[in-house]
Amino acid sequence: MTATDGLRLAVVVFPGTWSERDFLHVAGLLGWSARTVWHAETDLGDADAVVLPGGFAHGDHLRTGAIARFSPIMAAVQAFAEGGGPVIGSCNGFQILCEAGLLPGALMRNDHLQFRCDWQWLRVERAVAPWLDADEVQPGDLIRMPISHGEGRYYADEATLDELEAGGRVVLRYTDSTGEASPDANPNGSLRAIAGIVNEGGNVLGLMPHPERASEAEVGGTDGLRILRSLDRWLTRQPAVAERRL
Amino acid sequence: MRWLAEVHVRLRPGIADPEGQTIAGGLQALGYTTVDEVRSGKLLRVTFTADDHAAAEATVAGMCRRLLANPVMETADWELRVEAAESEIA
Repeated sequence: MTATDGLRLAVVVFPGTWSERDFLHVAGLLGWSARTVWHAETDLGDADAVVLPGGFAHGDHLRTGAIARFSPIMAAVQAFAEGGGPVIGSCNGFQILCEAGLLPGALMRNDHLQFRCDWQWLRVERAVAPWLDADEVQPGDLIRMPISHGEGRYYADEATLDELEAGGRVVLRYTDSTGEASPDANPNGSLRAIAGIVNEGGNVLGLMPHPERASEAEVGGTDGLRILRSLDRWLTRQPAVAERRL
Repeated sequence: MRWLAEVHVRLRPGIADPEGQTIAGGLQALGYTTVDEVRSGKLLRVTFTADDHAAAEATVAGMCRRLLANPVMETADWELRVEAAESEIA
Protein backbone atom coordinates (compact mmCIF):
# COMPACT_ATOMS: atom_id res chain seq x y z
CA MET A 1 0.00 0.00 0.00
CA THR A 2 1.17 3.49 -0.78
CA ALA A 3 0.71 6.40 1.59
CA THR A 4 -2.23 7.57 -0.43
CA ASP A 5 -3.69 4.18 -1.06
CA GLY A 6 -6.98 4.75 -2.78
CA LEU A 7 -6.09 8.11 -4.28
CA ARG A 8 -9.25 8.99 -6.15
CA LEU A 9 -8.87 9.93 -9.76
CA ALA A 10 -11.69 11.22 -11.96
CA VAL A 11 -11.02 10.59 -15.65
CA VAL A 12 -13.28 12.67 -17.84
CA VAL A 13 -14.58 11.02 -21.00
CA PHE A 14 -15.93 13.03 -23.92
CA PRO A 15 -17.39 11.52 -27.08
CA GLY A 16 -14.18 10.67 -28.95
CA THR A 17 -11.83 10.42 -25.96
CA TRP A 18 -9.47 7.47 -26.42
CA SER A 19 -6.87 7.48 -23.62
CA GLU A 20 -9.08 7.01 -20.59
CA ARG A 21 -8.48 3.26 -20.33
CA ASP A 22 -4.74 3.75 -20.25
CA PHE A 23 -5.13 6.17 -17.35
CA LEU A 24 -7.42 3.71 -15.54
CA HIS A 25 -4.91 0.94 -16.14
CA VAL A 26 -1.98 2.93 -14.76
CA ALA A 27 -4.07 4.14 -11.82
CA GLY A 28 -4.67 0.47 -11.06
CA LEU A 29 -0.93 -0.24 -11.16
CA LEU A 30 -0.42 2.56 -8.64
CA GLY A 31 -3.13 1.24 -6.34
CA TRP A 32 -5.41 4.20 -6.95
CA SER A 33 -9.13 4.12 -7.35
CA ALA A 34 -10.04 5.70 -10.65
CA ARG A 35 -13.37 6.13 -12.34
CA THR A 36 -14.54 7.66 -15.56
CA VAL A 37 -16.84 10.65 -15.53
CA TRP A 38 -18.99 11.12 -18.63
CA HIS A 39 -18.82 14.62 -20.09
CA ALA A 40 -22.56 15.14 -19.65
CA GLU A 41 -22.28 14.74 -15.88
CA THR A 42 -22.03 17.83 -13.70
CA ASP A 43 -20.30 16.50 -10.61
CA LEU A 44 -16.75 15.23 -10.07
CA GLY A 45 -17.71 13.56 -6.81
CA ASP A 46 -14.97 13.14 -4.23
CA ALA A 47 -12.07 13.15 -6.71
CA ASP A 48 -8.61 14.07 -5.46
CA ALA A 49 -7.46 14.85 -8.98
CA VAL A 50 -8.94 15.16 -12.46
CA VAL A 51 -7.62 13.86 -15.77
CA LEU A 52 -8.60 15.17 -19.18
CA PRO A 53 -7.22 12.38 -21.37
CA GLY A 54 -6.20 12.32 -25.00
CA GLY A 55 -8.39 11.60 -27.97
CA PHE A 56 -10.60 13.58 -30.30
CA ALA A 57 -13.35 15.02 -28.12
CA HIS A 58 -16.40 15.80 -30.22
CA GLY A 59 -14.41 14.81 -33.29
CA ASP A 60 -12.08 17.81 -32.89
CA HIS A 61 -14.61 19.65 -35.03
CA LEU A 62 -14.30 23.41 -35.43
CA ARG A 63 -11.09 23.38 -33.36
CA THR A 64 -9.59 20.84 -30.98
CA GLY A 65 -11.30 21.23 -27.63
CA ALA A 66 -13.66 23.95 -28.85
CA ILE A 67 -16.86 22.00 -28.29
CA ALA A 68 -15.58 19.97 -25.34
CA ARG A 69 -14.99 23.06 -23.26
CA PHE A 70 -18.76 23.60 -23.18
CA SER A 71 -19.55 20.05 -22.05
CA PRO A 72 -21.53 20.13 -18.78
CA ILE A 73 -18.70 18.58 -16.72
CA MET A 74 -16.36 21.44 -17.61
CA ALA A 75 -18.02 23.81 -15.12
CA ALA A 76 -17.09 21.35 -12.36
CA VAL A 77 -13.56 20.97 -13.76
CA GLN A 78 -13.20 24.76 -13.83
CA ALA A 79 -14.37 25.09 -10.22
CA PHE A 80 -12.12 22.21 -9.13
CA ALA A 81 -9.11 23.81 -10.83
CA GLU A 82 -9.84 27.26 -9.45
CA GLY A 83 -10.07 25.76 -5.98
CA GLY A 84 -6.51 24.47 -6.36
CA GLY A 85 -7.42 20.89 -7.27
CA PRO A 86 -4.88 19.02 -9.37
CA VAL A 87 -5.91 18.78 -13.04
CA ILE A 88 -3.84 17.20 -15.79
CA GLY A 89 -4.70 17.49 -19.47
CA SER A 90 -2.68 15.33 -21.80
CA CYS A 91 -2.79 15.77 -25.58
CA ASN A 92 -6.45 16.48 -26.38
CA GLY A 93 -6.87 17.29 -22.69
CA PHE A 94 -4.24 20.05 -23.05
CA GLN A 95 -6.13 21.40 -26.05
CA ILE A 96 -9.35 21.45 -24.03
CA LEU A 97 -7.69 23.23 -21.09
CA CYS A 98 -6.47 25.95 -23.45
CA GLU A 99 -9.87 26.37 -25.09
CA ALA A 100 -11.45 26.55 -21.64
CA GLY A 101 -9.06 29.32 -20.64
CA LEU A 102 -7.62 27.27 -17.76
CA LEU A 103 -4.28 27.55 -19.54
CA PRO A 104 -3.17 30.30 -21.93
CA GLY A 105 -2.44 29.86 -25.63
CA ALA A 106 -3.65 27.35 -28.17
CA LEU A 107 -2.53 24.17 -29.91
CA MET A 108 -2.44 24.48 -33.69
CA ARG A 109 -1.84 22.18 -36.65
CA ASN A 110 1.67 20.67 -36.62
CA ASP A 111 3.96 22.76 -38.79
CA HIS A 112 4.71 19.80 -41.10
CA LEU A 113 0.98 18.92 -41.30
CA GLN A 114 1.66 15.29 -40.36
CA PHE A 115 0.17 13.35 -37.50
CA ARG A 116 3.20 12.52 -35.38
CA CYS A 117 3.27 9.36 -33.28
CA ASP A 118 6.67 8.74 -31.72
CA TRP A 119 8.74 8.67 -28.57
CA GLN A 120 9.96 12.13 -27.69
CA TRP A 121 12.67 13.50 -25.43
CA LEU A 122 11.63 16.25 -23.07
CA ARG A 123 13.59 18.46 -20.73
CA VAL A 124 12.10 19.22 -17.33
CA GLU A 125 12.35 22.98 -16.88
CA ARG A 126 10.93 23.24 -13.40
CA ALA A 127 9.85 20.87 -10.66
CA VAL A 128 6.52 22.21 -9.48
CA ALA A 129 4.02 20.28 -7.37
CA PRO A 130 1.63 18.61 -7.68
CA TRP A 131 2.54 17.17 -11.09
CA LEU A 132 6.34 17.51 -11.14
CA ASP A 133 7.45 16.82 -7.60
CA ALA A 134 11.08 17.57 -6.76
CA ASP A 135 11.40 14.05 -5.36
CA GLU A 136 10.56 12.66 -8.79
CA VAL A 137 12.10 15.12 -11.24
CA GLN A 138 14.64 17.92 -11.21
CA PRO A 139 15.09 20.83 -13.62
CA GLY A 140 17.35 19.66 -16.44
CA ASP A 141 16.22 16.05 -16.22
CA LEU A 142 15.60 14.45 -19.60
CA ILE A 143 12.54 12.25 -19.77
CA ARG A 144 11.05 10.29 -22.62
CA MET A 145 7.37 9.92 -23.38
CA PRO A 146 5.22 9.18 -26.43
CA ILE A 147 3.53 11.90 -28.41
CA SER A 148 0.59 11.19 -30.70
CA HIS A 149 -1.02 14.23 -32.26
CA GLY A 150 -1.68 16.24 -35.40
CA GLU A 151 -2.33 19.52 -33.62
CA GLY A 152 0.28 20.12 -30.99
CA ARG A 153 1.99 23.30 -32.12
CA TYR A 154 1.85 25.49 -29.05
CA TYR A 155 1.05 29.08 -29.88
CA ALA A 156 0.68 32.16 -27.73
CA ASP A 157 1.58 35.77 -28.42
CA GLU A 158 5.05 36.98 -27.42
CA ALA A 159 3.84 38.75 -24.29
CA THR A 160 2.12 35.61 -23.05
CA LEU A 161 5.18 33.48 -23.84
CA ASP A 162 7.40 35.90 -21.92
CA GLU A 163 5.00 35.85 -19.00
CA LEU A 164 4.98 32.05 -18.97
CA GLU A 165 8.78 31.91 -19.04
CA ALA A 166 9.17 34.57 -16.36
CA GLY A 167 6.72 32.79 -14.10
CA GLY A 168 8.48 29.45 -14.49
CA ARG A 169 5.36 28.01 -16.02
CA VAL A 170 7.00 26.34 -19.01
CA VAL A 171 7.69 23.02 -17.33
CA LEU A 172 8.48 20.72 -20.27
CA ARG A 173 10.31 21.45 -23.52
CA TYR A 174 10.90 19.26 -26.58
CA THR A 175 14.56 18.37 -26.96
CA ASP A 176 16.81 15.80 -28.54
CA SER A 177 18.45 13.03 -26.51
CA THR A 178 21.16 15.42 -25.35
CA GLY A 179 18.70 17.96 -23.99
CA GLU A 180 19.14 20.41 -26.86
CA ALA A 181 15.93 22.16 -27.93
CA SER A 182 16.88 22.34 -31.61
CA PRO A 183 14.36 22.85 -34.43
CA ASP A 184 14.94 19.24 -35.51
CA ALA A 185 13.96 18.01 -32.07
CA ASN A 186 10.72 20.00 -32.10
CA PRO A 187 8.05 17.55 -33.32
CA ASN A 188 5.36 20.07 -34.22
CA GLY A 189 6.77 23.58 -34.47
CA SER A 190 5.71 24.65 -30.98
CA LEU A 191 6.89 28.14 -30.13
CA ARG A 192 9.91 28.01 -27.81
CA ALA A 193 9.67 24.20 -28.03
CA ILE A 194 6.96 24.23 -25.40
CA ALA A 195 5.62 20.76 -24.59
CA GLY A 196 3.96 21.45 -21.25
CA ILE A 197 2.84 24.41 -19.14
CA VAL A 198 1.16 24.95 -15.80
CA ASN A 199 -1.28 27.59 -14.59
CA GLU A 200 -0.25 30.25 -12.06
CA GLY A 201 -1.03 27.99 -9.13
CA GLY A 202 0.84 25.08 -10.68
CA ASN A 203 -2.11 22.76 -10.05
CA VAL A 204 -3.21 22.61 -13.70
CA LEU A 205 -0.74 20.91 -16.05
CA GLY A 206 -1.25 20.70 -19.80
CA LEU A 207 1.14 18.68 -21.92
CA MET A 208 1.04 17.13 -25.36
CA PRO A 209 2.98 13.95 -24.43
CA HIS A 210 1.26 10.95 -22.87
CA PRO A 211 2.54 10.06 -19.38
CA GLU A 212 0.01 7.21 -19.15
CA ARG A 213 1.66 5.53 -22.15
CA ALA A 214 5.09 5.65 -20.52
CA SER A 215 4.29 3.93 -17.26
CA GLU A 216 5.42 0.35 -17.80
CA ALA A 217 8.86 -0.85 -18.84
CA GLU A 218 7.38 -3.41 -21.20
CA VAL A 219 5.74 -0.71 -23.34
CA GLY A 220 8.97 1.23 -23.67
CA GLY A 221 9.50 3.44 -20.65
CA THR A 222 8.38 4.53 -17.21
CA ASP A 223 9.11 8.26 -17.15
CA GLY A 224 5.38 8.98 -17.20
CA LEU A 225 5.14 7.41 -13.76
CA ARG A 226 7.33 10.18 -12.39
CA ILE A 227 4.53 12.63 -13.19
CA LEU A 228 1.78 10.42 -11.79
CA ARG A 229 3.75 9.48 -8.68
CA SER A 230 4.34 13.21 -8.12
CA LEU A 231 0.62 13.54 -7.53
CA ASP A 232 0.78 10.74 -4.98
CA ARG A 233 3.63 12.45 -3.12
CA TRP A 234 1.91 15.81 -3.15
CA LEU A 235 -1.36 14.43 -1.92
CA THR A 236 0.33 12.66 0.97
CA ARG A 237 1.47 16.05 2.22
CA GLN A 238 -2.01 17.58 2.25
CA PRO A 239 -3.23 17.68 5.88
CA ALA A 240 -6.88 17.40 4.91
CA VAL A 241 -6.20 14.34 2.83
CA ALA A 242 -4.05 12.72 5.49
CA GLU A 243 -6.84 13.23 8.00
CA ARG A 244 -9.47 11.83 5.70
CA ARG A 245 -7.46 8.70 5.12
CA LEU A 246 -6.95 7.84 8.80
CA MET B 1 -37.10 36.43 -39.88
CA ARG B 2 -34.62 33.82 -40.91
CA TRP B 3 -31.08 35.03 -41.42
CA LEU B 4 -28.02 33.64 -43.06
CA ALA B 5 -24.64 34.59 -41.67
CA GLU B 6 -21.56 33.64 -43.65
CA VAL B 7 -18.84 33.68 -41.04
CA HIS B 8 -15.22 33.83 -42.13
CA VAL B 9 -12.77 32.59 -39.54
CA ARG B 10 -9.27 33.78 -40.34
CA LEU B 11 -5.89 33.24 -38.75
CA ARG B 12 -4.52 36.40 -37.25
CA PRO B 13 -1.89 38.09 -39.40
CA GLY B 14 1.62 36.82 -38.79
CA ILE B 15 0.60 33.44 -37.41
CA ALA B 16 2.26 30.59 -39.28
CA ASP B 17 -0.18 28.85 -41.61
CA PRO B 18 1.38 25.59 -42.83
CA GLU B 19 -1.85 24.65 -44.60
CA GLY B 20 -1.83 27.89 -46.58
CA GLN B 21 1.87 27.48 -47.38
CA THR B 22 1.26 23.97 -48.67
CA ILE B 23 -1.63 25.11 -50.85
CA ALA B 24 0.49 27.97 -52.19
CA GLY B 25 3.18 25.42 -53.06
CA GLY B 26 0.58 23.35 -54.90
CA LEU B 27 -0.56 26.34 -56.92
CA GLN B 28 3.01 27.24 -57.77
CA ALA B 29 3.64 23.65 -58.86
CA LEU B 30 0.67 23.98 -61.21
CA GLY B 31 2.35 26.91 -62.86
CA TYR B 32 0.74 29.75 -60.96
CA THR B 33 4.13 31.24 -60.34
CA THR B 34 2.73 34.63 -59.45
CA VAL B 35 1.17 33.30 -56.24
CA ASP B 36 2.74 35.05 -53.24
CA GLU B 37 0.76 33.64 -50.37
CA VAL B 38 -2.30 31.63 -49.44
CA ARG B 39 -3.92 32.00 -46.03
CA SER B 40 -6.30 29.25 -45.01
CA GLY B 41 -9.43 29.73 -42.97
CA LYS B 42 -12.97 28.53 -42.51
CA LEU B 43 -16.29 29.52 -43.96
CA LEU B 44 -19.27 28.72 -41.76
CA ARG B 45 -22.81 29.29 -43.03
CA VAL B 46 -25.13 29.74 -40.07
CA THR B 47 -28.89 30.05 -40.52
CA PHE B 48 -30.98 31.22 -37.59
CA THR B 49 -34.00 33.31 -36.72
CA ALA B 50 -33.93 36.78 -35.18
CA ASP B 51 -36.46 39.60 -34.98
CA ASP B 52 -34.44 42.24 -36.78
CA HIS B 53 -31.03 43.12 -38.16
CA ALA B 54 -29.68 44.47 -34.89
CA ALA B 55 -30.67 41.32 -33.02
CA ALA B 56 -29.19 39.14 -35.77
CA GLU B 57 -25.91 41.07 -35.66
CA ALA B 58 -25.72 40.73 -31.91
CA THR B 59 -26.40 37.01 -32.13
CA VAL B 60 -23.67 36.38 -34.68
CA ALA B 61 -21.20 38.50 -32.75
CA GLY B 62 -21.90 36.42 -29.68
CA MET B 63 -21.52 33.13 -31.57
CA CYS B 64 -18.15 34.24 -32.91
CA ARG B 65 -16.90 35.49 -29.56
CA ARG B 66 -18.00 32.45 -27.59
CA LEU B 67 -17.31 29.58 -29.96
CA LEU B 68 -16.70 30.07 -33.66
CA ALA B 69 -13.30 31.77 -33.41
CA ASN B 70 -10.55 31.43 -30.83
CA PRO B 71 -9.25 34.96 -30.23
CA VAL B 72 -5.84 33.57 -29.34
CA MET B 73 -5.12 32.92 -33.01
CA GLU B 74 -8.21 33.77 -35.05
CA THR B 75 -10.49 36.59 -36.04
CA ALA B 76 -14.03 36.36 -37.38
CA ASP B 77 -16.02 38.59 -39.70
CA TRP B 78 -19.33 37.93 -41.36
CA GLU B 79 -21.89 38.90 -43.93
CA LEU B 80 -25.47 38.80 -42.82
CA ARG B 81 -28.54 38.66 -45.00
CA VAL B 82 -32.19 37.79 -44.77
CA GLU B 83 -32.75 34.20 -45.80
CA ALA B 84 -36.54 34.16 -45.51
CA ALA B 85 -39.28 36.39 -44.12
CA GLU B 86 -41.48 35.15 -41.25
CA SER B 87 -44.34 34.26 -43.60
CA GLU B 88 -42.06 31.99 -45.66
CA ILE B 89 -40.67 30.13 -42.63
CA ALA B 90 -44.13 28.92 -41.61
